[in-house]
Amino acid sequence: MTVAAIQAVPSVVPTELVRGRGGGGPAPKRTVVAYGFWIFILSDIVMFSGLFAAYAVLSGNTAGGPKPVELFNLRNVFIETMCLLFSSYTCGLGALSAERREPGRFLIFALFTFVLGSAFLIIEASEFASMVAKGAGPSRSAFLSSFFTLVGTHGVHVTAGLLWLVYLVAQVMTKGLRSSVLRRLLCWSLFWHALDIVWVGVFTLVYLMGVE
Amino acid sequence: MLGRLTWAAIPFNEPLPLISMGVVLIVILAVLALVVIKGWVPYLWREWLTSVDHKRIGVMYMTLGLVMLLRGFADAIMMRTQQTIAIGDAQGYLPPDHYNQIFSAHGTIMIFFVAMPLVIGLMNFVVPLQLGARDVAFPTLNSVSFWLTAAGALLINVSLVVGNFARTSWWNYPPLSELAFSPDVGVDYYLWSLQISGIGTVLTGVNFVTTILKVRAPGMTYFRMPVFCWTALAANMLIVAAFPILTATFVMLLLDRYLGMHFFTNDGGGNPMMYPNLFWAWGHPEVYILILPAFGVYSEVVATFSGKALFSYRSMVLATLGICILSFMVWLHHFFTMGAGADVNAFFGMMSTLIAVPTGVKIFNWLFTMFRGRVVFTTPMLYAVGFMVTFVIGGLTGVLLAVPPVDFVLHNSAFLVAHFHNVIIGGVVFGALAGYNYWFPKAFGFTLDERLGKASFWCWLVGFYLAFTPLYVLGLKGMTRRLQHIPDPSWQPWLLVAEVGAIVIFAGILCQIAQLYVSIRGREQRRDLSGDPWNGRTLEWATASPPPAYNFAVLPQVESIDAFWHMKQAGRNAPAPSYVTIEMPRNSPVGFVIAFFAVVTGFALIWHIWWLVVLGFLAAVVMVLVAGWSDDREREVSAAEIAQIEQARLGPRQPAE
Repeated sequence: MTVAAIQAVPSVVPTELVRGRGGGGPAPKRTVVAYGFWIFILSDIVMFSGLFAAYAVLSGNTAGGPKPVELFNLRNVFIETMCLLFSSYTCGLGALSAERREPGRFLIFALFTFVLGSAFLIIEASEFASMVAKGAGPSRSAFLSSFFTLVGTHGVHVTAGLLWLVYLVAQVMTKGLRSSVLRRLLCWSLFWHALDIVWVGVFTLVYLMGVE
Repeated sequence: MLGRLTWAAIPFNEPLPLISMGVVLIVILAVLALVVIKGWVPYLWREWLTSVDHKRIGVMYMTLGLVMLLRGFADAIMMRTQQTIAIGDAQGYLPPDHYNQIFSAHGTIMIFFVAMPLVIGLMNFVVPLQLGARDVAFPTLNSVSFWLTAAGALLINVSLVVGNFARTSWWNYPPLSELAFSPDVGVDYYLWSLQISGIGTVLTGVNFVTTILKVRAPGMTYFRMPVFCWTALAANMLIVAAFPILTATFVMLLLDRYLGMHFFTNDGGGNPMMYPNLFWAWGHPEVYILILPAFGVYSEVVATFSGKALFSYRSMVLATLGICILSFMVWLHHFFTMGAGADVNAFFGMMSTLIAVPTGVKIFNWLFTMFRGRVVFTTPMLYAVGFMVTFVIGGLTGVLLAVPPVDFVLHNSAFLVAHFHNVIIGGVVFGALAGYNYWFPKAFGFTLDERLGKASFWCWLVGFYLAFTPLYVLGLKGMTRRLQHIPDPSWQPWLLVAEVGAIVIFAGILCQIAQLYVSIRGREQRRDLSGDPWNGRTLEWATASPPPAYNFAVLPQVESIDAFWHMKQAGRNAPAPSYVTIEMPRNSPVGFVIAFFAVVTGFALIWHIWWLVVLGFLAAVVMVLVAGWSDDREREVSAAEIAQIEQARLGPRQPAE
């Protein structure tokens, strides 16, 4: 990436302008797109921080209903977490293959990512379903409202990420790994890794601290 | 089939809203009919509705803001009138239910659909030009942002006709805004219109942070950026960091209302005071999102019309960024009376007072810029000077309110109302109007009438003092805000003065409309062929008025602060430019179409028409997917084309040698 970025700087700009103070002129498109998407991810993380804050405030307000320790099954959540973390690994391998213009390998890693992400979602959905069956649905107490909203919003993001992956795989298969498709894949992989970061927060704050 | 929507949603039995909505509908239909009959539809679609040009989008934002200003002002003068007549035995003409909707709509519209579009519109128009850029980083996304904002504005105005608006004020605090106490659609109109426009605003923030940090002309290092760009950067960083909090907060309230959750309810373990905390964690940065770009406008205006470089550029930048950080540390001063305890209140009181320091630095910088300058009192400069005086008063009353014991006395009083109108009108609105007068010639190629502009300024200034000084007094006398009926007849004289003030402000608005009309009518005489009518200092004045779609035929090489001033000093006899092909973004209907479906989905959500929710949402998603597939988003403007355009504009003013 850095090689491409440096090569794309117009050669007329004196080199002393390129370094340090931001005088090198407009950045290449790939840099602009990735940078903008980073900023968007930051905004998304701020939104999650609002939901985390609400959970922190409300997690003790069980209103006579079930407490975290009675509901969470750490074994399942651990498997779930591993699925998501490994999906990030395969996502990274897929991104590397895409950069090397190896569509076949990319598609294999994309498939792995999709399967692992789906497994995560299935475990999460079954956890939600069993909680609702026990009468611990989102409207039972403020704790459960904030739990379902925080974890569910992450789940919605994962779902969107999987659909987005399918859409991009379709682009790769019809158009090949051209630069516009590569830029989109770059954004998608940033998004997927960011969901991991958020999940680390969820796993720690909600599950590990919940069963203490 | 239609959810909660029945004929009862149309207020047939209430004459006042019925008449006002009839008038609005007739005006809209008349405008639409005119557009169709005159055959302007293809032109509008091609040149404006689908345009991704930051200048066009900026103009559309400003238009939206100014039109919504009329709506918000109509609400204001209705409230003022109610308060002057509903005293003692008289009940006035607005029943409480209607009055509550009006003050809620007034605040919501003025902040989200007047102040925000005005500020974002100026940033859209000016920032890429000042940076020496061809457009923003993501032009199509920019169009999506605008249209989502417009969608929110439309939805909130639909509430005038179908159903009703929230009675819960512009903060919409629970538990009042919960389903148990506000069961009808009013709060849902509030929530969905702000969610939709809020997404647009976040995307604007992402777009402009990227633009300012990554898409500047060669040689424009950070400390060569115009101050307006710095303030725009600060405001957009605040948007990225603050608006998602509002989105999350509204999501929680929506879940309470739609799925019976318990975030802010009285029962089920909910915590209503969490809402004000989250709301103001967004809300206080929001006031700096509005005021910082206005500070940027004043910096440009004061430097230009004093004929001097801005005094102490670096301290101005540091003060801007200091305010940016401090703005996140003061939110609790909006509810000292919550009972967080003396220590917490003392901390937030001190942090709030601290913000006066960087703001004071700015005021002195502007004063020292004027000192020994050749000050020209044009309309924008009058607004800048009027701002300096007015804003200092507003700032001082703010420092007063930041002292917790004082706040316990003045909380939710008319004094507070006077304070924030003082800083928002005297700061944000004056800034937006200064920017409007200052950059209008750049946008349209002819200047605005100065005589009417100055008349408008004086009306705004005098009207402001007449309307709000009495409210300071009434607040100290104990009058609380949002009164539908005035219990104490001795307040009436003050309220009458305030009413007169509102009428004077109305005269100012009329002067502005007249100014626009007169200037357009006489545009042939008012043409500015130089592109630089004010002897400006920054790059936007280096190109034509109005600028070509690509802004700069050749990207400028920046060598100093006040780049254009430096170029002018160095002499205009630059070597003949050699043009190269430019890639420009193509027009795109994506923003308009997504916003259309956002309105449909929002309306369906408000009225619980679930099939339409699914349909509208899927249609918007399909539009995104279609747009995301395309690789053909740019068109090439050839060197020959550019040479032709440049020749056409340079031709008449090239010196005959």
